[in-house]
Amino acid sequence: MTEKTFTAREVLSRAEELRRTLPGGFRDEILKSLYAEAEKISRRAVKTSSEKKYDFDRKIDRLVTSPVFGLPIMFLLLAVIIWITIVGANIPSRLLAQALFWIEENAAALFEILGSPWWLTGFLWHGVWRGLAWVVSVMLPPMAIFFPLFTILEDLGYLPRVAFNLDWLFRKAGAHGKQALTMAMGFGCNAAGVVSTRIIDSPRERLIAILTNNFVPCNGRFPTLIMLATVFVAASFPASLASFIAAGSVLGIILIGIGMTFFMSWFLGRTILKGEASAFTLELPPYRRPNVIQILYTSLIDRTIFILWRAIIMASPAGALIWILGNIHVSGASLAGHIAGFLDPFGALFGLDGVIILAYIIAIPANEIVVPTMLMVYMGTGIMTDMPVLSELKTLLVDGHGWTMLTAVNLMLFSLLHNPCATTIFTIYKETNSKKWAAMSVIITLATAFLVTFLTASLARVLGWA
Amino acid sequence: MAHSSPASPSPTFPGLRELQQMGLRIKRFDRVVALAGNPNTGKSTLFNAITGLKQHTGNWPGKTVMRAEGGYRFNRIHFKLVDLPGTYSLLSASQDEEVARDFILFGRPDCVTVVTDATALERNLNLVFQVLEITDRAVVAVNLMDEARRKGINIDTATLSRDLGVPCVPISARTGEGIHVLLATIADITEGRIRTNPRRFKGTLEFQQAVNELIPLIEQIAPGVPNARWLAIRLLDGDAHVQQALLNGDLARRVARQRQPDTWLEDETLPERGQ
Repeated sequence: MTEKTFTAREVLSRAEELRRTLPGGFRDEILKSLYAEAEKISRRAVKTSSEKKYDFDRKIDRLVTSPVFGLPIMFLLLAVIIWITIVGANIPSRLLAQALFWIEENAAALFEILGSPWWLTGFLWHGVWRGLAWVVSVMLPPMAIFFPLFTILEDLGYLPRVAFNLDWLFRKAGAHGKQALTMAMGFGCNAAGVVSTRIIDSPRERLIAILTNNFVPCNGRFPTLIMLATVFVAASFPASLASFIAAGSVLGIILIGIGMTFFMSWFLGRTILKGEASAFTLELPPYRRPNVIQILYTSLIDRTIFILWRAIIMASPAGALIWILGNIHVSGASLAGHIAGFLDPFGALFGLDGVIILAYIIAIPANEIVVPTMLMVYMGTGIMTDMPVLSELKTLLVDGHGWTMLTAVNLMLFSLLHNPCATTIFTIYKETNSKKWAAMSVIITLATAFLVTFLTASLARVLGWA
Repeated sequence: MAHSSPASPSPTFPGLRELQQMGLRIKRFDRVVALAGNPNTGKSTLFNAITGLKQHTGNWPGKTVMRAEGGYRFNRIHFKLVDLPGTYSLLSASQDEEVARDFILFGRPDCVTVVTDATALERNLNLVFQVLEITDRAVVAVNLMDEARRKGINIDTATLSRDLGVPCVPISARTGEGIHVLLATIADITEGRIRTNPRRFKGTLEFQQAVNELIPLIEQIAPGVPNARWLAIRLLDGDAHVQQALLNGDLARRVARQRQPDTWLEDETLPERGQ
């Protein structure tokens, strides 16, 4: 007896034939019987002695998802978190900076005594080590405060409520409501935010979520915003108000980022990613008491140390590179000076300067090192001053390098809107499996950043502010 | 002979002496156990409790989007435990749910543990039914028992076990309640000490005949595919995804992919932990 071999196509057509022999509504019948079965089985197994009503959750939900109070409560929570982060990070940051720069000074001195050549001392301590010192003292304290607070909200079950509150806005923008969740993940790390878009089932809306994720500042960029808000914006106000002004300006920048997320989602949905917003269901889980050990582990070991480690790995070569650029002199100026001078007119167009542009180019691998890079270039090219603490920074930048309020504001805007870091671009490429979309993510963000800063710079000039 | 295993007795639950959390040491394993379930039912919390790993957990549906693997040893058997993203159904389309579906269907786990939410059991049964359609080596873990009790909900797991035809174990992954029984039950399933009789959808006689005719045909065009019966039902249902997968050979690729860890995310350049 010979057995016939079937091709896939033949099997499919046989399946079609067989389906036609079955009664028309058999699929509905299967579904109906499954639901009936689930109900029957659970009725037999589940006994609810429900005099105990658990409506505490519902009372909270009525408040935090209410049409009137939902959004204000959300922004208030965000503001409080940012304020605690700024106030709490202030002193540890200063102490860390002092300690680490003390080590730099003394180690360099020791090297000199031991007779090491100047370039070795300079390269190691004023280059590599200084890069590390900046990154650690500027980044570690804010992250160590922000991440646990964020994780508490996550473990409590607040994130789905955020999605609930923002759903109508995303729908209006033609995007998926779950984008609120992936956006929230972006605050930790945009690469992680991009991976989390896997929960969005429509490819179109997933792409929108991926391409706009970078408009929320990740933890690599938070310290930049916090520093500029503290040193520049808040410093013009009385000390008693300073922390609130700083928190307010960081919040303002974040709100601009969220606004840009909506706008760009809407824009993409009207142009290259046309389509309707799809419906979805999202459970609002009960509030659960967060587990302290789990939170500390997740936020400190996994999130903080992990991101810090990445920044350190990126900062030391950047520090070395800057030291070299600052110390190789060609016709009267350092290489860094030449490059920055060359970029100056371009930077000025956007209310920035050549050093800032150079810093952003060097920091493409990791956004965390933008500010340290910038400062090292400034100090490397200028007269060697003592390492300034944050409060003296303003003097250095304003008097030494002609910064204005416009420079600070536009740097914050640029930091918020510019291209994703290399890791995120790589992640976008992997998740979309497309070079085109990875490139688009860079083009869209860079175009936005340059356009917005160009507009603010022009406006400021027209109004005579800068 | 010196004991060479570096594994530690469970520090999470000191009373549990048979369990040794092996963390990431999964090079050598005897059995594979999958953790499936609806979103936000506590799969990752259970995974952490058993393996001693620190997979990120969060109180929102969609937290886990990738497959995580860890190890544990229970009564001298080495298990590889696979934590899957939550899914409401095996028919879903989003990428995280696809990861879960593909592993359950094609990953050849020795036991599928369906983690359910005791406070919403009826809704969770839909996925349980679907898993029971494709395997008889399954355990239902009724998780969040502590929360259920607080809400005055009582689950009769003996009745539930009888109705579903597979063992149902009440647990609370956060406190460790019932984990011991769950692990013992999983071992009984993987070692064939428990015979299950999962509740399956029978349908009409014509339906059964159609399914039975298709099964050998599917096994012929996709040799080694573990769930021909499920695929046959999907074909009768007119599932376009399954039709496509059979036509373009995608099915075989999916079967093969399950032997590897979840895609490229092992790559150290991605801050997968920094989420």
